[in-house]
Amino acid sequence: MKSSIIIVSFFVLGVLSGYFEIIPLSAVENDISFYVLCCLMFCVGLSLGNDSNTLKRFTRINPRFYLLPVATIVGTLAGCAIISLLFPGRSALESMAVGSGFGYYSLSSIFITQYKGAELGTIALLSNIIREIMALLLAPLFVKYFGKLASISVGGATTMDTTLPIILKFSGKEFAVISVFHGFILDLSVPVLVALFCSL
Amino acid sequence: MFIAIGFMVLGGVLGFLWRKKEFGNISKIISLLIWVLLFILGLEVGGNPQIISGLTHIGIEALVITAAAVLGSAIAALLLWKRINNKQKGLHEE
Repeated sequence: MKSSIIIVSFFVLGVLSGYFEIIPLSAVENDISFYVLCCLMFCVGLSLGNDSNTLKRFTRINPRFYLLPVATIVGTLAGCAIISLLFPGRSALESMAVGSGFGYYSLSSIFITQYKGAELGTIALLSNIIREIMALLLAPLFVKYFGKLASISVGGATTMDTTLPIILKFSGKEFAVISVFHGFILDLSVPVLVALFCSL
Repeated sequence: MFIAIGFMVLGGVLGFLWRKKEFGNISKIISLLIWVLLFILGLEVGGNPQIISGLTHIGIEALVITAAAVLGSAIAALLLWKRINNKQKGLHEE
């Protein structure tokens, strides 16, 4: 939660700087953010590949639970595609690009800004922050009405770190490995799916 | 876009090859880069009068899309949960 607040603060600081023209927009031409993005992606890859434990842990999972990330992705995308009918100005693909953040707001909003502009990027930022907040606050409700896997599904890409403690509390400790596995796969799928829906 | 993913794959491969090494600072660097990029996104939003004037609308749209996404994934998780439990019952009866 603390890290979310810091991230939002930087965003708000940027908004204020842009609004009051403290820093001219020309100082951050699109090229610069693209180079920073490439550095970021390289570091994300490095940290995932470097963690030798992540791969080892996954060999101990009941094979049926391998389907949970698929369920999360299909369910999320279906929900986004259906709800886009409510917004005449918004295509199903744009809505699905937003949904493909799976709560990984920093990366997804950066990607979408790069390829679809700041408006959809801001929607992605807000939407995925809201998803993480829902996963944290509503976990007991989801477990009660949608079963023990729902709290993991709702957590999306955050279930290997920020929402893991909540999931273990309300679904049970035996879901730790599944939750980490689910978060790992969803993390990897974010850039791929967002890129896919932005380029279609 | 796929260039950026290429960088992630490259990082993943190098990270795997050097998995004996410790990259203690990598998560700090990741946080720093994320802060920089979100600050830039903020700059673009703040400097764009159209987005500023439509902020409430953007907020509502974000909330509705998220509600749909979350509900969709919860229903999918429920279906999988029921399926797994049914199969396990079946196994015990055999």
